[in-house]
Amino acid sequence: MIVEARSIAKTYPGGVEALRDVSIAFPEGQLSTLLGPSGCGKTTLLKIIAGLVPPDAGEVRVKGRKVQGPGPERAFVFQDFALLPWASVLRNVAFGLELRGLPRAEREAIARRYIAEVGLEGFEERHPNELSGGMKQRVGLARALAVDAGIILMDEPFSSVDEQTRRKFQEDLLALLRHHSKTVIFVTHSIEEAAYLSDQIVLLSARPGTVSRIVRPAVDRSRSPDEIRRERNYLDTVDDIWATLRQYV
Amino acid sequence: MKGLLSLAVWFVVWEIVGRAGLSSIVPPFSSVIDAMFTVVPTGKFRAAALISLRSFGLGMGLAVALGIPLGILMARSKSVGRILGMWVNIFVSAPISALVPLLMAVVGVGETTVVVTVFLFAVFVITLDTQVGMRRADRSLLEMARAFGATRAQLYGKVLLLSALPEILAGLRLGAIRGVKGVVIGQLLVAIIGVGELFELYSNHFLMEEFWALVVIVFLFAFAVSEAIALLERRVEYYAASR
Repeated sequence: MIVEARSIAKTYPGGVEALRDVSIAFPEGQLSTLLGPSGCGKTTLLKIIAGLVPPDAGEVRVKGRKVQGPGPERAFVFQDFALLPWASVLRNVAFGLELRGLPRAEREAIARRYIAEVGLEGFEERHPNELSGGMKQRVGLARALAVDAGIILMDEPFSSVDEQTRRKFQEDLLALLRHHSKTVIFVTHSIEEAAYLSDQIVLLSARPGTVSRIVRPAVDRSRSPDEIRRERNYLDTVDDIWATLRQYV
Repeated sequence: MKGLLSLAVWFVVWEIVGRAGLSSIVPPFSSVIDAMFTVVPTGKFRAAALISLRSFGLGMGLAVALGIPLGILMARSKSVGRILGMWVNIFVSAPISALVPLLMAVVGVGETTVVVTVFLFAVFVITLDTQVGMRRADRSLLEMARAFGATRAQLYGKVLLLSALPEILAGLRLGAIRGVKGVVIGQLLVAIIGVGELFELYSNHFLMEEFWALVVIVFLFAFAVSEAIALLERRVEYYAASR
């Protein structure tokens, strides 16, 4: 287990209880999804794992070490992209490396490689306001990959992206993450997205969020994306998850 | 272009009113321009301009050096913001000109008074705008920088200040315009030096062409400074548009 959350609890100032006694183990090299109704604290849990928000109780361990704050072995992809509007795509992708003090030539060479990998070659000198939502999130993904963290945390990365772009993006994402053998923790409210992408799906109950169930879809990922979307196991997983989640809606 | 056109219309109106001889304090615009060319090369004007520019520069420099850090502090620390916020808001709208004669008693009569006047005219709006900019700084950008391991210094230097730049520049532009007023008022009310002294001289001797020429020159200076900052603002806002 590369990431472990142990008995996490979080109550926001004002008394809203977001999470109660949440314990989850995330296996190395796999894509785990946090899925639940809106307001179930899934984003809060992800930010606690990232070290951006301190838990009130419990702890997160990464490779056995307790998380005290953000660390270089974890990279974050944001729902609203969080790109520097004054910086080019190249500088945005290299930003994590810039913060680490890597020399300019070196970090830009690395950034160029990942810009090409997410399919944005030729857009290096553009600024975020010249890009579509889908392209912006590709920049966000390239930035997370560029710092070479083993663990990628993604907070509803496709929610601000239109449907067609999302499908293509999901397929690209799967290919990329498998290629780099990353451990991914992925927050979403889309059941189809979770079933399509995940090795492990953690279902969270409505507020306060607790672990309701863990589903491991038996989807054969060696097949093509279109075949997966028509596969029996995939469709059964979607139905199964909906049966559990509908009680919280 | 539209601005220039409307200026041109006003100059024509001014010329007509001047030529009609309606009032002895309004000479035709063309003779004001003539006076500008006779005034500018004089040693007296150069000396006055130098003193005034120096007061303006020093006062603005102080206002920027203190106003921006104060604005940052007020935005980052709730208690500082509460304690100083009220005072800054009072002073930003207070008639500072009324305080200028009081300054005389504190810092004496001379260039220092003028520098302090420029400072007081400019500093509060710079502080206020910096504070607003820092408060509005994108929270998700801050979170992003923290997630990627930014140190405190990097957080300020690479994210917060740049994020607040549009508001800071707007504050600087307004501050500079007020600063020009500060020079003239300081030099007129207290220390009769620099451009203020020339204004006194021209109006006492009823040299209206020269007087208006000086008004136009001061206006042009304020306009040029403000446009220079506005140019920078437009560049920054182009990127800030997607905030």
